[in-house]
Amino acid sequence: MNIPYTVEERPDTGLTNGKLGIWLFLASEVMLFGALFSTYIILRTGAPEWPHGELNILLGAVNTVILISSSVTMVMAWASLKLNDWGKHRLYLISTFLLAGWFLVNKYFEYKDHLDKGEGPWHSTFHAIYFTLTGLHGIHILGGMIVMLYFIGPGAKLWKTSPEQFANRIEATGLYWHFVDLVWIFLFPVLYLL
Amino acid sequence: MHSDSAEVKKSIRTYITVGLALLMFTGITVAANRFHFGVPVAVTVALLIATMKGSMVASIFMHLSHEKKWVYGALILTVLGFLILMTVPMFTVADSIGKPVPAIGGARAGEHAGH
Repeated sequence: MNIPYTVEERPDTGLTNGKLGIWLFLASEVMLFGALFSTYIILRTGAPEWPHGELNILLGAVNTVILISSSVTMVMAWASLKLNDWGKHRLYLISTFLLAGWFLVNKYFEYKDHLDKGEGPWHSTFHAIYFTLTGLHGIHILGGMIVMLYFIGPGAKLWKTSPEQFANRIEATGLYWHFVDLVWIFLFPVLYLL
Repeated sequence: MHSDSAEVKKSIRTYITVGLALLMFTGITVAANRFHFGVPVAVTVALLIATMKGSMVASIFMHLSHEKKWVYGALILTVLGFLILMTVPMFTVADSIGKPVPAIGGARAGEHAGH
């Protein structure tokens, strides 16, 4: 049985089922990260002191530039499909995947540096919330990469049989990816600068 | 969402412009951090810039500037839930902000609160 309204919009919502679904999923993600941001505020306001300069601002800023660039390439991957340019779509989607990988490599070095100094999540309240927030965000990056890898590989054949549906799937992937970027836009100043 | 080719081509210019603006704002955020403002000013500046950047990502990249009412409906509920999530726990600590955390079981406050 085919899933209904994957290409045409539902008359009552004016949206495809996939698009409404991804927005509802993102709503739940807002609450997930919101709970952790709320926890951060409680911990920080309750702490007599809060460490500054513990994190590598340059690496954090580089990762911000990487994620913003990946958001641009992701939206361009979708726009290329709308312009029927398969070659450019591949180029942009693979670029997004590589940028995401670069982000995680930087994160690995950042984590390694802290762990080598014995500053794991157990070290202090600051390190506990830092590893929790960035770890959860990192898992989201990894999840996005798995989805992108699917569309670079076996999922790409859908373009030949149902290009509209494929474009809708890339749009949903993009919405998720932009959300992950949006979360980092707040994590960077909150954890690295303030 | 746009599906017309001409509209998409026009949007591509917007995506690149917004991407460059986001990079510029990131630079401003990092540069502002070097001025060592007081905590309230630093928090306000950093969160103001982050909110501007977040709004640009949401409205342009996520196409929220021209979405269907069902998406806005879901997001309005989310924003309400988010605000409750952020403010209600604050009431539990509002009277003790800036004060040392009371010692528990004879341990010093600092050992529990971050160092």
